[in-house]
Amino acid sequence: MSTLKRVHGYLAEFDGAADIYHAAEQVRDAGYQRWDVHSPFPIHGMDDAMGNSRSVLPKLVFVGGMTGTCVAFTLQTLTQTNFWSSIGLGFLQTLAETYPTIVQAKPTDIWTLPAFFPVMFELTILFSAFTTLFGLLALMGLPRLNHPLFASKQFGKFSDDGFFVCIEARDPKFSQEGTKALLEKIGGKNIELVEDEL
Amino acid sequence: MSAEAATHSHDHAPAYSGAPRILDREPLVLNNRSYSWITNRICGIVENKQPLLWWILFVPSVLLTGLMAFCFIYLISTGVGVWGQKQPVAWAWDITNFVFWIGIGHAGTLISAILFLTRQKWRTSVNRAAEAMTIFAVMCAGLFPAFHVGRVWMVWFLAPIPNANAIWQNFKSPLLWDVFAVSTYFSVSAVFWFLGLVPDLATLRDRCKPGLRKTMYGIFSLGWRGANRHWSHYETAYMLLAALSTPLVLSVHSVVSFDFATSIVPGWHTTIFPPYFVAGAIFGGFAMVLTLMIPVSKIYGLSDLITPKHIDNMAKIILLTGTIVGYAYSMEFFVAYYSANPFELQTFMLRGLYGPSTWAYYFMFGFNVFAPQLFWYRPFRHNLWVVMLVCMCVNAGMWFERYVIIATTLERHLIPGSWRTYEATWVDKYTFLGTFGFFMMLFLLFLRFLPVIAIGEVKGVLPQSNAHNHDHGKEGVQEEDLMAYPDRHVPREAAAV
Repeated sequence: MSTLKRVHGYLAEFDGAADIYHAAEQVRDAGYQRWDVHSPFPIHGMDDAMGNSRSVLPKLVFVGGMTGTCVAFTLQTLTQTNFWSSIGLGFLQTLAETYPTIVQAKPTDIWTLPAFFPVMFELTILFSAFTTLFGLLALMGLPRLNHPLFASKQFGKFSDDGFFVCIEARDPKFSQEGTKALLEKIGGKNIELVEDEL
Repeated sequence: MSAEAATHSHDHAPAYSGAPRILDREPLVLNNRSYSWITNRICGIVENKQPLLWWILFVPSVLLTGLMAFCFIYLISTGVGVWGQKQPVAWAWDITNFVFWIGIGHAGTLISAILFLTRQKWRTSVNRAAEAMTIFAVMCAGLFPAFHVGRVWMVWFLAPIPNANAIWQNFKSPLLWDVFAVSTYFSVSAVFWFLGLVPDLATLRDRCKPGLRKTMYGIFSLGWRGANRHWSHYETAYMLLAALSTPLVLSVHSVVSFDFATSIVPGWHTTIFPPYFVAGAIFGGFAMVLTLMIPVSKIYGLSDLITPKHIDNMAKIILLTGTIVGYAYSMEFFVAYYSANPFELQTFMLRGLYGPSTWAYYFMFGFNVFAPQLFWYRPFRHNLWVVMLVCMCVNAGMWFERYVIIATTLERHLIPGSWRTYEATWVDKYTFLGTFGFFMMLFLLFLRFLPVIAIGEVKGVLPQSNAHNHDHGKEGVQEEDLMAYPDRHVPREAAAV
């Protein structure tokens, strides 16, 4: 039984943070798009060396956080005050079967709002944190337990003290000889053609 | 000014060494350890057999957890009367224990979030264990209010869920704010902790032989490959969580203090409570971090990673926050006098001078305010026995602080006819003891299965990890290296000068 294989890309090892930083600059300048640097810790300035743009995560988190604020505002005003009927949306209270809670000699209109700030604050943080978690996972494309790189014997070193550059075969500039020559030129060692079993 | 001119000035004035030089920082990791040394040392704790001491601590911890479970079952099957609370002392050991445990958690978040935002790189050696401590402490804390409600099976009424009675929680009550604050705090701390763990779980995964462990580490490390396109988002997420946790941690103990401060009970109704509680929480939390980390460092041979500098820094934070707490104690007394409110003043006179529980006040003051003053003296900050002794004092002192605020205030209420001296029952005492077992059990399991130090973060603060550091032999991380940007960002003119 024969196994079909597809080339995933070239993997090359580098000596340390400074080496791989300069290597990344040269791969970037050679015009590659689908490639990545694998390191045991984030290397300061590597995004510039690779030419990456800023993460869009903060924008997602802002939306998530504002959702939390609105949820808390709605939840509290709907179940404690007559705010929604005062702006002509009383049907919402009918729908949710809620009515103003008259306790603590506090007003039942919108002016009891300061008492709602703590919960609004907490839900803003809660929603933001979960947006951060799930937004991050979505942006990274993780969890993804299987990946062609894991087939490489040397790749496991990335989580200890290995620094790798991987240029993927689906990059338009990729070629078996040219890419290998580039990795050799910029000081890559243990250059390996990583294949994906189909 | 050229180098030549500098040399000349040096010749003329030998006492002055020329251009101002940035002082070398103490290295964060001693003995120039390599990446693989760090990986091996930290993963070794998880991979090797645990030392005998681990078992000596683990078995009693499990037994104490059982004792805690027994006490709670006894409480449920009999009724809350088995606790010592009787009117007017309706809040006593249970709420004291709640505030005590939730306060301990605060140091973990301070280390993981506030010290991250302020670029305190020494945090990397202690943040993982401190965050674990936070989560376990909040778990211990959460038990007490849950049982304090009386009918623990009705505790879901705290959550805003539509129910058949169409009754909603009173969102204007600080007690409900507390529910939201504590549950948010627990969730966000858990998310922060888990995200921090992902790269280190990948390290453990890559070192395991195929089997159940590798599968489990593999699943929880999400298929992490250390890709820079991932690190880029990951670092942003980490920064965002730090920025979210910072106001959160300050809000949690503020909200806890609102439980008291928004009431009209003399001795509770003070505006100083939120900052006073937050400072106290950080104070008590750091004492617990040191109580745990000094033995861990010694037992597992981590003294190159948890160095005297780390302990010194934490001792200074204890000194600072302990002094803030001392200021708050004094200011409370002053405000009680200055307010000319006889009830307020009497509460404090009873607390500190002639009440039935003044002993608790003296323990509180001595342990929290006087004991940390030893840390003004550097050799004491570097003597681990002294540090441990002070931390033990603070651990006890912070419990007494909450006891003084909660129980002794209620003992002497406004109507003398209802005065009563509070006495804890055996159920109170064993439940509290049991939570220590529960806390220790969780912490020991954490040591057993997860990396106690953030491997990836410690590697990131080594001098050789800085891509712009051209002098690898230099000791420690230099200020100018931290601030260095890639060359191409420096304007040409500036670079030429």
